[in-house]
Amino acid sequence: MSVWLSYTLTDFLLFTPHTYYRLFALYNRAVWPLHLLAGALGLALLVLLFRGGAWRGRAIAAVLAVCWLWVAWAYLVERYDTINWAARYFAIAFAVQAALLIVSGLVLNRFTPGRDRVSRAGAAIVAFALFVQPLLAPLTGREWLQMEFFGIAPDPTVAATIGVLLAMRRAHVVLLVIPLAWCALTGATLWAMDAADAPLMPAIGVLAVALTASKAPHRAALP
Amino acid sequence: MIKAVSMLDRRALLTSLAAAGIGAALSRLASAQNAPLLTRAIPSSSEQLPLVGLGSWRTFNVGNDPEARNACADVMRAFFAGGGRMIDSSPMYGSSQDTIGYGLAKLGARDKVFSADKVWTTSGGAAQFETSRKKWGIARFDLMQVHNLLSWQEHLPMLIEMKAKGRFRYFGITTSEGRRHDEFEQVMRTQPLDFIQVTYNALDREVEQRILPLARGRHIAVIINRPFRSGPLVRRAKRHPLPAWAAEIDCTNWAQLLLKFIVSHPAVTCAIPATTRVDHVRENIGASYGRLPDDTLRKRIVAAAESF
Repeated sequence: MSVWLSYTLTDFLLFTPHTYYRLFALYNRAVWPLHLLAGALGLALLVLLFRGGAWRGRAIAAVLAVCWLWVAWAYLVERYDTINWAARYFAIAFAVQAALLIVSGLVLNRFTPGRDRVSRAGAAIVAFALFVQPLLAPLTGREWLQMEFFGIAPDPTVAATIGVLLAMRRAHVVLLVIPLAWCALTGATLWAMDAADAPLMPAIGVLAVALTASKAPHRAALP
Repeated sequence: MIKAVSMLDRRALLTSLAAAGIGAALSRLASAQNAPLLTRAIPSSSEQLPLVGLGSWRTFNVGNDPEARNACADVMRAFFAGGGRMIDSSPMYGSSQDTIGYGLAKLGARDKVFSADKVWTTSGGAAQFETSRKKWGIARFDLMQVHNLLSWQEHLPMLIEMKAKGRFRYFGITTSEGRRHDEFEQVMRTQPLDFIQVTYNALDREVEQRILPLARGRHIAVIINRPFRSGPLVRRAKRHPLPAWAAEIDCTNWAQLLLKFIVSHPAVTCAIPATTRVDHVRENIGASYGRLPDDTLRKRIVAAAESF
């Protein structure tokens, strides 16, 4: 046990920040123009939180599940795994999350957007993931090509999913587990790289826990 | 015992430095032309190794990015041009083994490298060994080590047997940053090791107490990892002016001063700083030339490092 305590976050960092961010630049270049489709899906997600018929919960779940599966394969397996041997396990977690979204939202139809304060906060997080998170790269001094987009890169996809789950009338506690774990993981990775935006995803995670707790006693849903 | 061997490939070094076209490098060229490459013997064979090698932790884990792989090959080219031989890696280091294999093939340098790798698994060490060898693209490794003592009870008998069959020439164990030193010493006392690999630098000197004397007594070669604490030590040092007394041991930069502190310890065979930059590898390999610090200068280097 004492040996494990001697490790720091930096000891688990397998790559340089340059390599990590360059991976996004190469990935963005390789999958363009899928960003346009991802952006359209993200906008649809935001609109569906406020309007749409009885089918909108299923549509929201389907969009999110597709995005999680795409990120699992195209980014985690095909790209991140080339510099981080743990990425294949992250990909499995992302695939599990996609399955949970399908079961809860698509099969059981438990995704019903709410209209309370927490729901509006959730929608705001979705908007943040769609419009602000991609700009973090240039805002923190990185290249535009290294921008991370919803549906393409993990962080904004996870942030948007957390926002969507908060925007639902029910608290989806089980569906939050993997996104919260990713918030901690990506925060630790960025922290080890001294990245200025390292606290962002953990902060979204903490906010999600607090907001979910405020609604959980009344409207919890499993999964 | 240090030996000065004129094995510097001067033509390659000239080409390399001319391409860079920087004053500091040309200055070092003048010095290098007059100074022989410093080497130290591997105790179990008397084979000479240059005092500075090349690590690959983080720096060579660049995935399948062609541009980054070529940049790593440039680092390897400058390393070999400066007389370097040992490159160290591990299956744990992501794509570093692939990058090294790419660089060796591109440079046609498979016969120049002293290849050091590791077994890093709880079981199936032989299969992992073979996978690593294919990634390097070499006929056999020079040195195979048990990474961080992981399952050493299982791996060492296998390594002894594989060495006897000529699958590699030397074997050893590694640790880093002072972890499991008691167990490490126990393995050193009981196993016929050729090499150990530990952390040692001007700030982390715990190995001076027992590990390094034990290695000398047991005739075990010593590789030093984390010579710059993975970077911060030399980055902090570079914020300060190089002391005038650095010239007394032919150092033109902080990296050389910090490396010469390490390789001047008589038990140390080779230090393995890692870098992504050609100018940095040239600085590092420069520590393989010129005079080494005596006890007084070693204490000055420690005092300087502790004052940063």
